[in-house]
Amino acid sequence: MDLNTLWFVLIGVLFTGFFVLEGFDYGVGILLPFLGRTDEERRRIVNTIGPVWDGNEVWLLTAGGAIFAAFPHWYATMFSGFYLALFLVLAALIVRGVAFEFRSKDENPGWRSTWDWMIFVGSLLPAILFGVALANLLKGVPIDQSKSFVGGFFDLLSPYTVLAGLATCALFVTHGAIFLNLKSVDPIRARATAVIGKVGPLATILLLLFALGTYLWTDVYARLGVNPGLVPLLALGALLSAGYLIHRERMGWAFVMTTLTILFTVATLFVSLFPRVMVSSLNPEWSLTIYNASSTPYTLEIMSIVAGVFVPIVLAYQAWTYWVFRHRITAETKLEY
Amino acid sequence: MDALPLARWQFGITTVYHFFFVPLTLGLVWVVAGLQTAWYLTGDDVWKRLTKFWGKLFLLNFAMGVVTGIVQEFQFGMNWSEYSRFVGDVFGAPLAIEALVAFFLESTFLGLWIFGWDKLSKKAHLAAIWLVAFGSNLSALWILIANSFMQQPAGYVLRNGRAEMESFWALVTNPHVFVQFPHVITGAMATAGFFVLGISAWHLLRAKDEDGRDAFRRSFRVGAVYAFAATAAVLVVGHTQAQYMIRVQPMKMAAAEALWDSQDPAAMSLFTWGNEPERRDVWAVKAPGLLSFLAYNRFSGEVRGIKSLQAEYEARYGPGDYAPPVKWTYWNFRVMAGAGLLMLALAGWALLATLRGSFETSPRLLGLLVPALVLPYAANSAGWIFTELGRAPWIVFGVMKLENAVSPTVRAGEVLFSLVGFTLVYAALMAADIYLLAKFAKGGLPRAGALEPTTATVATPAAAQV
Repeated sequence: MDLNTLWFVLIGVLFTGFFVLEGFDYGVGILLPFLGRTDEERRRIVNTIGPVWDGNEVWLLTAGGAIFAAFPHWYATMFSGFYLALFLVLAALIVRGVAFEFRSKDENPGWRSTWDWMIFVGSLLPAILFGVALANLLKGVPIDQSKSFVGGFFDLLSPYTVLAGLATCALFVTHGAIFLNLKSVDPIRARATAVIGKVGPLATILLLLFALGTYLWTDVYARLGVNPGLVPLLALGALLSAGYLIHRERMGWAFVMTTLTILFTVATLFVSLFPRVMVSSLNPEWSLTIYNASSTPYTLEIMSIVAGVFVPIVLAYQAWTYWVFRHRITAETKLEY
Repeated sequence: MDALPLARWQFGITTVYHFFFVPLTLGLVWVVAGLQTAWYLTGDDVWKRLTKFWGKLFLLNFAMGVVTGIVQEFQFGMNWSEYSRFVGDVFGAPLAIEALVAFFLESTFLGLWIFGWDKLSKKAHLAAIWLVAFGSNLSALWILIANSFMQQPAGYVLRNGRAEMESFWALVTNPHVFVQFPHVITGAMATAGFFVLGISAWHLLRAKDEDGRDAFRRSFRVGAVYAFAATAAVLVVGHTQAQYMIRVQPMKMAAAEALWDSQDPAAMSLFTWGNEPERRDVWAVKAPGLLSFLAYNRFSGEVRGIKSLQAEYEARYGPGDYAPPVKWTYWNFRVMAGAGLLMLALAGWALLATLRGSFETSPRLLGLLVPALVLPYAANSAGWIFTELGRAPWIVFGVMKLENAVSPTVRAGEVLFSLVGFTLVYAALMAADIYLLAKFAKGGLPRAGALEPTTATVATPAAAQV
């Protein structure tokens, strides 16, 4: 495997980590105003992700930084091309991050409810827009010969990409509801279970439609044929197992399965893209690939050494954090947020 | 309408806003870690309550720095795509390393610190705040390695129509890093020192109870030593950086001094009212020889002026205007240096009063230290505006101009939209943050004995605040 491929894989891994971890953060944020009926319940919900949301968000920052370092043309074309969408995501992430810190620092009910809705919007917008963005990479956007995006904001919206956004959003809500089920006690837990029963099937249908849409609206069928290979089938298997395990009320295992669903869905997208990183809808020749968008072998080598040393360290201490905060948030738990 | 000035405004507003919070984060985290260490070593409950008090203010400030940092990392691609393409091979690496090595560290261990009071051993919990301190200052190092490349490009070669990394070692050991990083870090520590002094002084002027006075007396002493040491250090490293700048970015220094013509010995401007388009003084007061002294530690030696550098750069880089906006650089440099000198005087006074044990009985000193809190903020903002505008017209000095760096496909209307949007969001959050900071700063320490775990079921205001 050459270094360009290695970095393509590594960026895929970073996005997977981001969607798995921030996936349940976004789900919890979206459910916050609906599952918490009293202020204390809402505090408990926020505190389930309190210790980890910031560390989870760094997966996105690292993915962005890795794209910049390894594939500068990808970084330049995508971030300038998806300009307004990215502005919305950034504005959402700004208010969301501050809202976690600020909401419980004043007793005024209006203050708290304002920040709770900021958490809701700040979680909902990225949950949808990241799905839209990923689908656009694969579907193709107007990229000209000089690697520049020559479309506008509304070129990013099509039935396929909007479907992708709704699918990621529903999947994150399900993922987040299972997380809440595992991290809370009744009545929040019971309400989370009810959400899983309603949104889970919806997420399943949307993901299946998205898979169908990928055959219809992208060049996957032309390039890879009708046999999708192993990765999408694993995504499907994980998705269906999640449904079965939810039905059997085995929530811990269901969470593992929604995690695997996200993992294999992102992997499917990256496998379908390879070796391209952004497809040009104007001319296949103008697509950005891991070769024409990349940094020099020297830079990739340096970055590989840095990543080889630090990625395991980061994984170790993040895993330890989850171990420290593995217990449910109960009425006895001290609430910091 | 042109996208370039709008993109520059957006970058400038975001950066200054971001750096409004970052220095306090970088400097105050050492105070919090130190206070918690004092509690760990002595078991004295007052240190723990002080840790909680300053820790709360630290967290309110930290959140703002984090969220604006996300914009910082992404706006190169959004608004400066040609820059990102041209230097990405060199410039992307420190940004990615910053995220991987520093952001993960500070954010993960901050989560452990905030929520781990009862879940971690005392020692592990103390280690968490030290790791946050180390991580956040490490992130400053990597971002300044990136910025130093823009000020004084190193470790690269122009090849294949772009800047390509030739030596990672040369990039990270760029001599510019060694003057800029200490300047930023000591400036951040001075900011935190004045923050601690100002708030402690406010309480010492008002608190009647011995419990509160004792706590803020301790804070004041910590703040006085910290503020004086950091401010003295910042002046030394700032001076070193200025001498360095005269060698590697002489145009920036010439603009900072509104020095139109080369001089030997060079006089330092105390006040200049100039005519920028014609590059001449209208009215000026100057201290003879002082600029040469600042540059070379002796009262002679040529300091080059804007006109001579302009001629040299035209010969080297082709036709164009190579002078930065002189009014901006001149006045921001003065605000920064002036605020620094005032801070040194005040911190010296505070330290002397601390050594004499007389600060509590000096309402004049305490009264001055409260409004003095604006000084480090003024110096921080002015310093960055100066150093970034002083690089103009370059985005990477001598390698790429600003006008060639902007995203060609992002329309001016889009930039205007995001500029207005970001500015409104920033303003609203700033108001909320200042409201909370003031509320908790004035609220004083948590009561003795109030630090025991408070459960959610006890929905008292005290529980809500802990």
